[in-house]
Amino acid sequence: MSDELIWRIAGGSGDGIDSTSQNFAKALMRSGLDVFTHRHYPSRIRGGHTYVEIRAADREVQSRGDGYNFLLSLGDSFARNPQEEAYYGNEEIKPLSENLDELREGGIIVYDEGLISEEDVEAVNLHERAEENDWHVFPVDLRGLAKEHGREVMRNTAGVGVTAALLDMDLEHIEDLMSDAMGGDILEANLEILHEAYEMTKEDHDFEHDLRVPEGSHETEQALLSGSNAIAYGAIDAGCRFIAGYPMTPWTDVFTILSQNFPDMGGVSEQVEDEIAAAALAVGASHAGVKAMSGSSGGGFALMSEPLGLAEMTETPLVLIEAMRAGPSTGMPTKPEQADLEHVLYTSQGDSQRVVFAPGNIEEAYEQTRLAFEIAWDYQIPAIIIYDQKLSGENTNVDVEFFDRDPQPDLGSTLTEEELREAAHDNSGKFKRFNHEDAENGVAQRSIPGQKGGRYLATGNEHSPVGHISEDPDNRVAQMERRLEKLESIRAELDEERDSTQTYYGPDDADYGIITWGSSQGAVSEAIERLNAQGHSVKGISVSDMMPFAEKEVTEFLESVDEAMVVEMNATAQFRGLIQKELGRFGDKMTSLLKFNGNPFEPAEIVEGYEVNLADEDRQPTAQVRIEPAAGD
Amino acid sequence: MSAFNAIGEEREIDRDEYTPGVEPQPTWCPGCGDFGVLKSLKQALPEAGKTPEEVLTVTGIGCSGKLNSYLDTYGFHTIHGRSLPVARAAKLANPELEVIAAGGDGDGYGIGGNHFIHTARENHDITYIVFNNEIFGLTKGQTSPTSPKGHKSKTQPSGSAKTPLRPLSTSLNAGASYIARTAAVNPNQAKEIIKEAIEHDGFAHVDFLTQCPTWNKDARQYVPYVDVQESDDYDFDVNDRAEAAEMMRETEDVLNEGTVLTGRYYVEDDRPSYSQEKHAVGEMPDQPLAERYFDDDAEWERSYDLLERHT
Repeated sequence: MSDELIWRIAGGSGDGIDSTSQNFAKALMRSGLDVFTHRHYPSRIRGGHTYVEIRAADREVQSRGDGYNFLLSLGDSFARNPQEEAYYGNEEIKPLSENLDELREGGIIVYDEGLISEEDVEAVNLHERAEENDWHVFPVDLRGLAKEHGREVMRNTAGVGVTAALLDMDLEHIEDLMSDAMGGDILEANLEILHEAYEMTKEDHDFEHDLRVPEGSHETEQALLSGSNAIAYGAIDAGCRFIAGYPMTPWTDVFTILSQNFPDMGGVSEQVEDEIAAAALAVGASHAGVKAMSGSSGGGFALMSEPLGLAEMTETPLVLIEAMRAGPSTGMPTKPEQADLEHVLYTSQGDSQRVVFAPGNIEEAYEQTRLAFEIAWDYQIPAIIIYDQKLSGENTNVDVEFFDRDPQPDLGSTLTEEELREAAHDNSGKFKRFNHEDAENGVAQRSIPGQKGGRYLATGNEHSPVGHISEDPDNRVAQMERRLEKLESIRAELDEERDSTQTYYGPDDADYGIITWGSSQGAVSEAIERLNAQGHSVKGISVSDMMPFAEKEVTEFLESVDEAMVVEMNATAQFRGLIQKELGRFGDKMTSLLKFNGNPFEPAEIVEGYEVNLADEDRQPTAQVRIEPAAGD
Repeated sequence: MSAFNAIGEEREIDRDEYTPGVEPQPTWCPGCGDFGVLKSLKQALPEAGKTPEEVLTVTGIGCSGKLNSYLDTYGFHTIHGRSLPVARAAKLANPELEVIAAGGDGDGYGIGGNHFIHTARENHDITYIVFNNEIFGLTKGQTSPTSPKGHKSKTQPSGSAKTPLRPLSTSLNAGASYIARTAAVNPNQAKEIIKEAIEHDGFAHVDFLTQCPTWNKDARQYVPYVDVQESDDYDFDVNDRAEAAEMMRETEDVLNEGTVLTGRYYVEDDRPSYSQEKHAVGEMPDQPLAERYFDDDAEWERSYDLLERHT
C-alpha cells in the first residue's frame, strides 16, 4: 500500500480541471493530509492537453514527487470540433494517451468512456500496457452520467465521485466544499452526480488495487494557497496599496489577486498601456507616499529596466515582481524556468543596484515579499522578488498561524513635518533630501510631496543634496558611495539582525552538498532525504538572497563539503556563475545539474544526477537533464 | 486635517516663492522659448492659488526636462518620455497634489507617445505642457515628430520623409478634455491658458510653441501668431467637439505653411476626470491614499480575512 496519493486529473483547457483539482486538494487537506499541487497547461484558451497533479500524504510534501498513481482522464471536450479539418484535429484521446508514461506500476486509471472511444483506447495499446504495468483500468461514462443528472460540464464531479469510491474516501469534505462554492439547482445536480458516481462505482467494481487515501491529521488549521497568493498577501500585509501592471503569464496571477482585493481595502490598482508605464506608475505612486509595486515576467520586465534605474537613482522605494517563464523572448509562456536571474540582477544601466530575493516555497514567498517592502522603504532602494511559473501556480497547505495578518503601513525612512522642520535645508529653503553628510547606512531621509518644508527635486540625473542636477566630481563620488553603501548595510542587517533567509537540508556534517535556489528547492530537499536514506552523506542549501548575495552562508556551506552540485532550471548555469562571481572561488568544486525542457525537476532526476556525477560517469543522467562539469574540468 | 496635508491654507502666494535661490541658473540658450514656459508657470501657479508645496512638477528628458530645476515646487525629473505615467500615479496616490507634467515634442510625442494617448484617453486630472519647438534640442538638433516634412537634420540629411504629428488632433481623438496651443512669444495668453489648464478638472494638454534659436533657426514660431479667440476671422465653439476638430485641423495645416494660430481649442467641462470615474466604479478610495500612511488613526486591517477562502 502506497503511503501517498498522487492524483492527476487530465483534460482540455477550459474543462474545469483547475477548479475541480483545487476543491479536491482542499478536501484532502481538510481530511488531515499535507498536499502539493502541480499545474501543467498549454498556452491556449480552450482545448489542448492540460493536467493538475495533487500529491497528498501524512507528512510534509514539498514537490510533485516522481510520477503518480491515479489518473482521472476526462477527455478533451474541445477537441470535438465539428469542422473536420480543424486546426487541432481529434485529440480526445490525449488526456489519456499523453499521461501514461509517468503512471506508476499498480496505478489506477479512470477514463471517460463517454468521450473516449474503445477504438481510440485500443489504438494506444492501453490494455497491453495496463497488463505490463499492473494498472487497474476503470472506464466510466462520466459524460453520460453528468448529462443525465445535470449538464455535461459536471463530468468533473462524476470523476471525483468515482475517485472517492475507488479510494474509499469519505464524501463529507467534498460535499462541504461544493456547498461553499455553489448553490441552488447547480449544487443539487452536482451532489446528485457525486453520489450516483460514488454508489455506482462501489456497486459495479471489484477493487483489487490497494491504493487508498492515506490517513492523517493536522493539529492546527491549514490554508491551501499558491505562491502567487502568498506574494500578493505578503504585499498586502506589508502595507502595499498601489499596484500597476500589464498582463503577462505568469505574473498576471499576483496582479489579478491584488486588483480584486484592493478596492475593499482602499488600495488602487491600475492596468496600463505597457510595462514601462506600469513600473513608472509604481515609481510615481511611491514618490507621492504610497507603498507601491509592479511586476511582470521576463519580456515585460525587460521594459521595466529604465524605471528600475530611475527608482534607484532617485532613491524611490519600489517592489517589483519577476515571474520567470521559459525564454528567450516569449519562450514558452506557460512553462517554468529559472533563466532570468542574470537579467534581473544586472538589468538597467550604470553601477545599478537593487535587492533581489528568490523565495523557494509558499512560506518564503510571503515572508520575503514582506521583507522586500520593509527593506525597500527603509533603504529607499528597489527590491525585486524573482520566482517562476512553478511556484506561482503550485498550491501547498500552510499553517494559518504562520501568517502575521497585521499590515505595516510604515514608510520607513520618511520624515514627518515636525522632523522636517529640524532637518537640513539649503539657503533657499530646499530640503537636503540627498544629504550625504548625515546619512546613516547610505540612507538619506526623504520627504513626500505635499509636506511642508520638504521641497526638493528628484532626478534620474546625478544630483546635489537638494536634487539639482550636478556633474561636480566630488558630489558625484559622495553620492555614488552613499548609494553603494546601502547594499553593504542591507547585507549586514540580514546577517546580524535577521534569521537567515537561506534554507538548509540534511545533516550538518555531510560531505556532499547540493545548492539550489527558488522553486527547485522542494525537489532538491526530497532528493536529499532519499539520498541520505540510501546511505549517502548529502546536505543542501536553498539560497534566497541573490543581491546582496548570501556570501557568508554560501561560503560556509561550500567550505564544509568536498564537492557540490548546483541544481537549477536553466541551460547556462546562471546561479553557479553568480556564486563564482560573488565568492571568487569554488569554481572547481561545483558541477551543475540543469533542466530546461519546460518542466520542473522531479526528485528522482536529482538523485540520478547525483549518482551519475558522483560515479564520474561519462554520460548524462537522462535525456532531459544535463550535467555541466566544474570550471576547469 | 492630517499633518501631511499642506493644502487648503489661505494666504497670498508670492511668485518669488517659485523661484529657487541663487542656484541653479537656467542652462537654456539665450533666446530659448523655454524661458517663456517657466515664466508663465511662475505667474499662473500663484494666480491659481497653489502653494509651492502642494505642486508636483514631473518632467521628462531634454531641455524641457529641466523646467522643474528652475521652479521651486516639489519636482520629479524622470526619464525619456515617462513623465506622464509617473505624474498620473502621483495624482492617483494623492489627488490633493497639483500635478503638472511637462516634456518636449521628442520626449512627449515621440518616445512617450503611447503614454500621451492613454493619459488623454483616461482623462487624468493633470496638466500636460509640451514644449514644442519641432526639434530635438539637447541631443543637438535631430528631426522630431513635429518637424515639418522635408526638414533636414544630421539624422535625416536629405530631408524628413515623414508627415509631422498633429498633436492637437491626436489629443482630441485620444480623449483629452482641455486642449490649447500657446506660444512663448505670447506671454499673456500663455499665462492665462496655463492657469486655465491647472484649474481644469481633467487632462489638460497645452501644446506650447517654443523657439529653439540654436538648432531650429527656421522654426515658424518666429512668425507673428494669431490668437483665435481674439481674432474676428475665427468663430467657433470651444465646447463643440466637431468645431474644435475643424479648427485644430486648420491650425495644424497652416502651421506647416508658416501661420501660427494659438488659443483654446477644446474645453469639455462636464466630463468626469479619471479618478472620479474610478471612484464611481468603486476602485478609488474616498480619502487620499497617501495620507493614510501619515494618519495614526487609519485602520489598516484587511477588510476581511483573505485566508478564509483558502481553509
